[in-house]
Amino acid sequence: MQRIGVFICWCGSNIAATVDVERVSEVIRSEPGVVFSANYQYMCSENGQQLVKNAIKEYNLTAVVIGSCSPRMHEATFRKAAEEAGLNPYMVEIANIREHCSWIHKDREEATEKALVLVRTAIAKVNLDAPLQAGESPVTKRALVIGGGIAGIQAALDIAEAGFEVDIVEKNPTIGGRMAQLDKTFPTLDCSACILTPKMVDCAQNEKIDILSYSEVEEVKGFVGNFSVKIRRKARYVDETKCTGCKVCMEKCPSKKGLNEFNMGLNNRTAIYIPFAQAIPNVAVIDPEQCIKLKTGKCGICQKFCGVGAIDYTMKDEFIERKYGAIVVATGFRPLKPDKFNEYGYADNKDVITSLELERLMNAAGPTDGVLLRPSDGTHPKVITFIQCVGSRDTSGCGKPYCSKICCMYTAKHAMLIREKYPDTEVHVFYIDVRTPGKNYDEFYRRAVEQYGVDYIKGMVGKVYNQNGKLMVQGSNLIDNEQVVIPSDLVVLATAIEPEPSVRKVATLLTASIDTNNFLTESHAKLRPVESPTAGVYLAGVCQGPKDIPETVSQASACAAKVIGLLVKDKLKTNPCIAHPDESMCNGCSQCANVCAYGAITYVDKEFRLGGGKTEVRRVASVNPAVCQGCGACTVTCPSGAMDLSGFSSGQIMSEVEAICKM
Amino acid sequence: MQDVNSGYSPNIVAFCCNWCSYAGADLAGSSRLSYPANVKIIRVPCSCRVNPMFVLKAFQRGADGVILCGCHPGDCHYVTGNYYTRRRMALLFSFLDYLGIERERTRVEWVSAAEGARFSAVMNDFVKTVASLGENKRLTDLRCKEGSDNA
Ligand SMILES: Cc1cc2nc3c(=O)[nH]c(=O)nc-3n(C[C@H](O)[C@H](O)[C@H](O)COP(=O)(O)OP(=O)(O)OC[C@H]3O[C@@H](n4cnc5c(N)ncnc54)[C@H](O)[C@@H]3O)c2cc1C
Ligand code: SF4
Ligand code: SF4
Repeated sequence: MQRIGVFICWCGSNIAATVDVERVSEVIRSEPGVVFSANYQYMCSENGQQLVKNAIKEYNLTAVVIGSCSPRMHEATFRKAAEEAGLNPYMVEIANIREHCSWIHKDREEATEKALVLVRTAIAKVNLDAPLQAGESPVTKRALVIGGGIAGIQAALDIAEAGFEVDIVEKNPTIGGRMAQLDKTFPTLDCSACILTPKMVDCAQNEKIDILSYSEVEEVKGFVGNFSVKIRRKARYVDETKCTGCKVCMEKCPSKKGLNEFNMGLNNRTAIYIPFAQAIPNVAVIDPEQCIKLKTGKCGICQKFCGVGAIDYTMKDEFIERKYGAIVVATGFRPLKPDKFNEYGYADNKDVITSLELERLMNAAGPTDGVLLRPSDGTHPKVITFIQCVGSRDTSGCGKPYCSKICCMYTAKHAMLIREKYPDTEVHVFYIDVRTPGKNYDEFYRRAVEQYGVDYIKGMVGKVYNQNGKLMVQGSNLIDNEQVVIPSDLVVLATAIEPEPSVRKVATLLTASIDTNNFLTESHAKLRPVESPTAGVYLAGVCQGPKDIPETVSQASACAAKVIGLLVKDKLKTNPCIAHPDESMCNGCSQCANVCAYGAITYVDKEFRLGGGKTEVRRVASVNPAVCQGCGACTVTCPSGAMDLSGFSSGQIMSEVEAICKM
Repeated sequence: MQDVNSGYSPNIVAFCCNWCSYAGADLAGSSRLSYPANVKIIRVPCSCRVNPMFVLKAFQRGADGVILCGCHPGDCHYVTGNYYTRRRMALLFSFLDYLGIERERTRVEWVSAAEGARFSAVMNDFVKTVASLGENKRLTDLRCKEGSDNA
């Protein structure tokens, strides 16, 4: 029999207002096994914890039950307190009488009765608790960053700065991400390339950083501190170590019809190409869909002209396997394709473009060398109409229910840049709301209106149609309560941003959770915003939720701090609440290994004594404590009842059921 | 929740996985989204930790309804745990139905950590459904009922 101490927390009035804590404490005192019972205003406070520690020593407690907030909140706190008083930390159970009781019930009598049941249930469980010892596992001092946008770049630089090795796996031929495509950036309007490319070069030059471009993660095994990752290095057909980035091949390549992805398909590129002038690595890549040699066997011109013999048409995808202690996911986003929204006529009119396409049209390194020209006829647009919230805040099912957060700001930016460069241009903006919180952000938007005379119209657009070469934008003006039609030369859609679709695969490989919009979920929205619920996996940038560059960079640095905090440790404590077979009952049937998602179970031959001096060798299950995650799938599958789970044993759960049903 | 006429109030055992549903229940709590006090939650690491024996035990001990909550299919913290739950419980519940424990007394629901409102709605609905069926007498070990020494 345990010697149990029970501590009921008031949580100020959070619990005490609804649950009669004094009574719970009093009634529980007479439960079998309970040798001490108390209640206190804030159990988690220094004094509250001291109360537990003192009682453990004074009453020789062997087990502790705390009636308080959710164990997800303070289980770790109380375990630590118990440990400091010399008790095994796993001899502590929490009865959740706040979230699961006082906060959802109004009737004091009912809530008090329920609290009593919950505390009795915890007592039933703690009675069968056994001291557990957390194991240790070593930490591989190397980090993996998936995605080489500004988020991944920043995280990698910070981690490397602290002295740890880090690999960036980027699916595209170059790092840089979306930021590399931007022209100027709000709120300061500095040129995107001027602030990004030095960071890209830093990555390339940092000897701690290994850039694995044109690569994807294929398989992830292991767990925090000990991930083993298989990476596919896609065939580039160009030897990265030889190519000098001289671009002779691009000049000579006869296949010139590939859509230039970097310019959002606004112009074409050759089959062999370097995505943009400052690409890192500055190495060519062959697009196998466009390459004549790879498709028909004829051509081979680039190979002839390459002065360093870098071209290799026989190259195959390669796989490498590396070990990491921590993983940062920074897979970013893509703009939503607006062709589904027929009302805006994106699919039918060349001069209806997206904001990212506009970034390319305004960029000095873009398809028009930075001169703003209409895609249809190459003329200067005189009237430009922006439509905000295209596919954002859209609950019709066609778009996304969330606010994409960055569009109000970049549309103000676009409007201002256009008015600055082409003062004779008329600029209209249709908006639902202008949302510009942030340091110097609202000032930025007001500048567009007050200083640059941009015409902001509150209202939605119903239709964009072509009439005699003009794009007629028909919408409502809610302030003047009238319908308006604006004949325009160019229409720009501020489309929603959505997570890069491959994030689903990445999330599955990492068993990281993802929300209904495909954004990765954080461990705690407020208190653990850069950690995934999967230990050792961290989230940076837009893959976690819409955000601009300053926020992305802050989050990436926060991630790096977390990763560094993990990698400086030599050993990690492992969760001792894991499966273990009763070898005398196991018959080696292999059913448990079949259901284990982690491959934690193997089989070993063991010798058993049969009595009378005889022995027998039998095959029995064996659980790898560093790999088992403690889900319990095997325990239920086992037909012999041999497998059990520490901390959540069958006996414990049965006794909890009994405690609840005893009424 | 209590029936005003008979004074009958169902007793409900809810198994919630630690990662999604238990957190969903916590969110229901911190959002003050009430549901009847009849529901008592047992925390398990994964819904797949729930052995059919636990469910049988609950009914034997006089529970009127048992509900299992886990992460949505595809979102299991342990990758595939909830798929096992789904299959195991489909079998168990139809077996229980055969024994006379109405299908409405047993349920599997997927509730994510972000779905506090859903958790509360599910519990409200489940308690209402079970309350309308009245007391579970079918499997109950009468020795476990009130007044007996074994209680
Ligand atoms: C039109 C427009 C204008 C903008 N203007 C501004 C501005 O003026 N100021 C500002 O602050 N912000 C602006 N932004 C927002 C800014 O672009 C983002 O905040 C920023 O790019 C986010 O960086 P990221 O690293 O999270 O994502 P990304 O830039 O999308 O980078 C993600 C990287 O990960 C790679 N990747 C994706 N999936 C995988 C995978 N499975 N495996 C390996 N690699 C993968 C991608 O190829 C990419 O390189 C603008 C955005 C748009 C659309
Ligand atoms: S508890 Fe889960 S992770 Fe551990 S051995 Fe069993 S099935 Fe595998
Ligand atoms: S399922 Fe049970 S009996 Fe079969 S091998 Fe696993 S532990 Fe042994």
